[in-house]
Amino acid sequence: MQHVIVGAGPAGVVAAETLRKGDPKAKITLIGGEPEPPYSRMAIPYLLDGNIAEEGTYLRKGAKHYDALGIQYVHGRAESVAPAEGKLKLEGGDQVPFDRLLVATGARPIQPRVPGIDRPGIHGCWTLADAREIAKLSKSGSNIVLVGAGFIGCIIMEALASRGGNLTVVEMEDRMLARMMDATGGAMMRRWCENKKIRVLTGRKVVGVEADAKGPGDKAVALDNGEKLNAHLVVLAVGVRSNVEFLKGSGVKIDHGIVVNDQMQSSVANIYAAGDVAEGPDFSTGGHMVHAIQPTAVDHGRIAALNMLGKTAHYKGSLIMNVLDTVGLISSSFGKWEGTKGGESSAAVDNDRYRYLRLEFDGDHLIGALGIGMTEHVGVLRGLIQTKTALGDWKRKLLADPHRVMEAYVARSQV
Amino acid sequence: MQKSLHIDPGKCTGCLQCELACSFENENVFNPAKSRIKVFRFHDIGRMVPYTCTQCDEAWCMKACPVEAITTDAATGAKVVSDALCVGCKVCTIACPFGTVNYNASTGKVMKCDLCGGDPECAKACPTQAITYVDANWTGLDRMRDWAAKTDSGARASA
Ligand SMILES: Cc1cc2nc3c(=O)[nH]c(=O)nc-3n(C[C@H](O)[C@H](O)[C@H](O)COP(=O)(O)OP(=O)(O)OC[C@H]3O[C@@H](n4cnc5c(N)ncnc54)[C@H](O)[C@@H]3O)c2cc1C
Repeated sequence: MQHVIVGAGPAGVVAAETLRKGDPKAKITLIGGEPEPPYSRMAIPYLLDGNIAEEGTYLRKGAKHYDALGIQYVHGRAESVAPAEGKLKLEGGDQVPFDRLLVATGARPIQPRVPGIDRPGIHGCWTLADAREIAKLSKSGSNIVLVGAGFIGCIIMEALASRGGNLTVVEMEDRMLARMMDATGGAMMRRWCENKKIRVLTGRKVVGVEADAKGPGDKAVALDNGEKLNAHLVVLAVGVRSNVEFLKGSGVKIDHGIVVNDQMQSSVANIYAAGDVAEGPDFSTGGHMVHAIQPTAVDHGRIAALNMLGKTAHYKGSLIMNVLDTVGLISSSFGKWEGTKGGESSAAVDNDRYRYLRLEFDGDHLIGALGIGMTEHVGVLRGLIQTKTALGDWKRKLLADPHRVMEAYVARSQV
Repeated sequence: MQKSLHIDPGKCTGCLQCELACSFENENVFNPAKSRIKVFRFHDIGRMVPYTCTQCDEAWCMKACPVEAITTDAATGAKVVSDALCVGCKVCTIACPFGTVNYNASTGKVMKCDLCGGDPECAKACPTQAITYVDANWTGLDRMRDWAAKTDSGARASA
């Protein structure tokens, strides 16, 4: 059996390892689109703030890890696929034969379509190559404009601020973290950032990037209210797009990502997909969604590989969840935090101490949660949601005081 | 034979010796807030429940870690955090459905029970044998295993 995995992020690497565990003899080829050993994008902020060196971002630390497992790790960029012939064509012309192909090519940052966006010194924060450029340009005292205060924007803020630059954040939505925080949480985050000397502009669009004579390499970021922000470095975090172009003509069904069934199989039988590139089953809605997070990439990689091995593994769906540290303020969100029709909710807000907890219930179980300033036992929110634990009389107690959630879990599962 | 922590809530008096021993062993302070084992008290039903990581096979924390900072100790089976490799991203803290991995803001790393390398201080400190360290197949961790199975986002493969 010849397994080929295109994409060497967490989804691809976990899939390769799972394949090897299940089939000691199969031929396994892992193709990475970037020159480095397989690494983790989510470790990039810690590289930028000087916490780790580049090696610290590598998914596996042993230099011989892939060799030792008999996983052939090669560099290349997929150009096209012919499923019927079982052939993957790489840029440059090489053909890689496969019996089963896993697409784990992830996504890439999108660029706002405005004039001047291709000027030098404007970068996404997505790859190690991006990180090197950002490190070069974000010197102490320099002006940095971050476009986008979503999940990725908020995570990299700390790294950008810690490099000593003056940071301004421009967000199109009316609040920070519009897709993982409600208005209460978003306002709390904003106040926190502003106290850390970060300028936060919401409800503002970037309309262009011009040259600025203030300094060599300086730019003027033009906003829709006419204001111009001087910037030595512009970092873009306005969203991502799946890397699926090479699948054109392959017959693989694509929506926001590659649509896969609960065995991570695409509409073409010998092609599977996992991670940020896959639109897989969503635990909360029962529908299909792209959940571009690390835990989902890892789950997807494992389930896809089991099915590629011919073992039938059905995925119960990923729960969307995030935890992030925004210049020191820790926030998390799980599942249907906006609640559901006919559901109930409870919230505790402590503005002075920057603490917030909101729980959402459907009938007798938890379906979503938001937290700010919570670092103890956070995972239990995932557990309670995903096991649909019947809360019994603990629901009443949680409606009165959401902070008793860990007690509720221990009481409902251990006593 | 690997051993695990066996917890018998019926014997717990809520004295918190385990929390003190744990925080001292791991963080050099007598501070229950820094303990990796926690005692939950349910006064209305007169019950105390010590609670910590079961070193589960699913090891969501270990699988979710983006930088291989959590590994299995071959001797004890414990899932152990390497402070040198942990970048403090906290993804394991939301991945663990038991809520037993916590972020420690003072070190910038996560912390969880590592069975003290095979000689758990909590068990030694417990005066009533509510916490013991025994052969793994005696521990009766069934309740947690059930919970683990329910959380498993991917059904285990059938051959
Ligand atoms: C700065 C940053 C911070 C993040 N923080 C968090 C966080 O705190 N928590 C969290 O859960 N998630 C976080 N994420 C998201 C997380 O990193 C992704 O969800 C995860 O990397 C997805 O894994 P993947 O394997 O699907 O894709 P990726 O990691 O993107 O890997 C894709 C692979 O495919 C390769 N590739 C792409 N196109 C081709 C092609 N045509 N041919 C060959 N190879 C190709 C790439 O080179 C790469 O090797 C963060 C992301 C970033 C950028």
